[in-house]
Amino acid sequence: MSHQRLPQQPRPAPPQQPRPAPPRRSQPPGTHRPLHLAAHFPGVNSTTVWSDPRSGSQIAFDSFVHLARTAERGLFDFFFLAEGLRLREHKGRIHDLDVVGRPESLAVLNAVAAVTERLGLAATVNSTFNEPYELARRLASLDHLSDGRAAWNVVTSSDAFTGENFRRGGYLDRAERYTRAAEFVATARELWDSWSPDGTPRPFAHHGRHFSIEGEFTLPRSPQGHPVVIQAGDSAEGRDFAASTADVIFTRHGTLAAGQEFYADVKGRLPGYGRTADDLKIMPGVTVVVGDTDAEAQEKATEIRRLQVSPQNALLAAEQVWGTDLSGFDPDGPLPAFDPVVDSDVVQGRVRQGDPRALAEKWRGLARAKNLSLRETAIEATGRQSFIGSAATVAEAMSHFVDSRAADGFILVPHLTPGGLDEFVDQVVPLLQERGAFRTAYTGPTLRDHLGLSHPATRQTPKDAAA
Amino acid sequence: MPDSTPTPPAPQTPPAVSSTPPAPSTSPVVSSTAPAPTPPIASSTPPAPTSPVPPTPRRLHLAAAIDVPGATRVADFLPLARFADEGLLDFLTLGDSFAAPGLDALSVLARLAPETRRVGLVPTVTTTHTEPFHVQAQLATLDWVSRGRAGWRPGVSTSENEARLFGRRAAVTAREAWREAGEVVEAARLLWDSWEDDAEIRDIPSGRFVDRDKLHYADYAGTTFSVRGPSIVPRPPQGHPVIVADADDPVRRDFAVRHADVLLVETSSREQAAAFSAEVRAEAARAGREPADLRVLASLTVELSGGEQAAEPGHGGGGPRPTAHGPHYRGGPVDLAELIGDWYAAGAVDGFHLRPAEPGRDLERLVNGTAALLQHRGVFRAFHPGSTLREHLGLARPANLHLTASAT
Repeated sequence: MSHQRLPQQPRPAPPQQPRPAPPRRSQPPGTHRPLHLAAHFPGVNSTTVWSDPRSGSQIAFDSFVHLARTAERGLFDFFFLAEGLRLREHKGRIHDLDVVGRPESLAVLNAVAAVTERLGLAATVNSTFNEPYELARRLASLDHLSDGRAAWNVVTSSDAFTGENFRRGGYLDRAERYTRAAEFVATARELWDSWSPDGTPRPFAHHGRHFSIEGEFTLPRSPQGHPVVIQAGDSAEGRDFAASTADVIFTRHGTLAAGQEFYADVKGRLPGYGRTADDLKIMPGVTVVVGDTDAEAQEKATEIRRLQVSPQNALLAAEQVWGTDLSGFDPDGPLPAFDPVVDSDVVQGRVRQGDPRALAEKWRGLARAKNLSLRETAIEATGRQSFIGSAATVAEAMSHFVDSRAADGFILVPHLTPGGLDEFVDQVVPLLQERGAFRTAYTGPTLRDHLGLSHPATRQTPKDAAA
Repeated sequence: MPDSTPTPPAPQTPPAVSSTPPAPSTSPVVSSTAPAPTPPIASSTPPAPTSPVPPTPRRLHLAAAIDVPGATRVADFLPLARFADEGLLDFLTLGDSFAAPGLDALSVLARLAPETRRVGLVPTVTTTHTEPFHVQAQLATLDWVSRGRAGWRPGVSTSENEARLFGRRAAVTAREAWREAGEVVEAARLLWDSWEDDAEIRDIPSGRFVDRDKLHYADYAGTTFSVRGPSIVPRPPQGHPVIVADADDPVRRDFAVRHADVLLVETSSREQAAAFSAEVRAEAARAGREPADLRVLASLTVELSGGEQAAEPGHGGGGPRPTAHGPHYRGGPVDLAELIGDWYAAGAVDGFHLRPAEPGRDLERLVNGTAALLQHRGVFRAFHPGSTLREHLGLARPANLHLTASAT
């Protein structure tokens, strides 16, 4: 299960009414652009260092409480949960090297709502193996029960492998999954809009390519009108879809330059959909390592990478590139000399990124240039965007990233559960606040308030305008 | 703790055979053909705290509904849940339907879990238009966030209106919908067992987080769905959340006797309740279940007055009156305590599921009046001796199907 791109959704011209300006944040005066922060609960990925003695339960509710409360203490915008719908497999067997297993997102977030007051609560929920009526209802329930803190990260599912757990079953080809996702989001919004502003249900009917449904929604408008919609994706279609529809984009852009290119491109698409640059926040997922000094942080980061990429995990990463069994290989030896298998089913439940031949060539180039072993190459090749340094260095770098319009903020992916945010919140957040780059108090009750997004509830819907 | 609670065998798996001797019966009411010995009403000794699933003496079980039609705020439910919690009730129920105004019930109870300590949380979750894989994951998660207090009251959707909200299938008959619900429960149990309790090993030398030999495919093939598994959620704290089911009409009773841990019956007299209990236990035995593993609760609407006066005339001499919406008790909390003590002492039922006519008022009177008096008389517990819903009900934690199967 991974975050998939969503396509361009052909969308009618947006309503003519201008949107009200988003509520002003009362930032301390400063020269920095305001920065948004979110926290990812560490889980089923190769970032989480479960072997660390400080690593606690990935499933017990206490772990969620600790991390969510830390994020709220740090005045984060939201708390983000990924999703899995089938355990990943490698070489036809259940993958056993990374964290396996997690609770269901919306049930956890409803419980987290009880132990937090302002923190946004974002659930990744698949649009391929859910139905709009039921999911719109569960998301609206979270928004009601959290007083307006719900968000939905819309993803699609990859294939028949995941489908084996569902009534829908089988394979939905790439294009169809995307059109289904687009129609799913549009239908959910029709449901959320279906009660009149005076609180009476209005019958709705949606007859489209993927869904043909009608009746009455069971819930009045939720506090945010619509839960915040998050999407991930880099393709041209994904960028257009996000520009037309999403409130937040979760990206993976690594370098400052790549981030700036992406940022300019996506924000440039917004006017075409009658939206402004403030209507969509761009938030890359990043890791952060804080030390007393920059040098100490670098040392820590190196050690963390070694823990993340165990000898077994290094072989597995290489098997994913080469598409074949490498169990005879020495992780501390050289890379395979042969070419990768292109059409491989070694990996299940996780997308193989890019062209394997190009990827293998990249790995070989890295190994040659720096004289690296297989494991060292995997460590170099599989990292993600990181901010590493003293608290001051990290605060400066993050703020610079935002000031340079490479992002509006970050989704932090800690490597430890549940204490992985403690250092950041205790050491980096105060420095960001001193710079005037980050809020010193929540200025509104809802997630839309934190993100500076307008409330759809305050907007006249086309239906009302026509009435 | 290994035990002998049977799991209905899935079509393609061998029947579960316990590797341990059967746990001692938790209730003297095994066949219910004869009334159980009367418990000492006047005894003031509370049950001693015991290990999680002890061979307990028979206990009175009390549960309450916290339904508030159309409510959308936490504040509408929170005081009710706290009453149920502080009143030491076994569990609370919250109904749900895709066709009626209101919030998703499982979401509400997950929201209330951290704000309550001991009371069991039993949402209605329907099975007709949902994905069984999602349903079992949500219930397992409710069990995780409540630290072992989750139950599940399965429901079905049989109307065209509900079918049109999904547009996936035409409306089905109650018989078909409940047969499918039974398959959803069977699949859910297989998925809850798809992780052995000790599957997570965090073995640093081998780099393995889990022992994949302790993860199992469910491979359940029902008539309308199939599920490969394993679940994405590790086995919940209770093993399986407690299944609560209505056992009134023949179709629902057939589902309940096969699948439920707690059966709710609507009856207006003690004799009828006793006959009903005997009947469902006999049917459960015929379905291959151990009757002592069932709890039968009488389900009635209660409308409580402020004083202690006797039940109004026309209410069957203090008993509930049959109505179109099931048995309805109107009267004082003290008389309700008499009724509960009387039916329970006669062995007619294991307890009561009470549906307050006016939730805010009646739940308060139920807890501070009726339950308090029953505690004073030693009929009802003075504290929760365990922490999970199964412990409240004296139900064993189910052994994992894969352990019992491999031990044979």
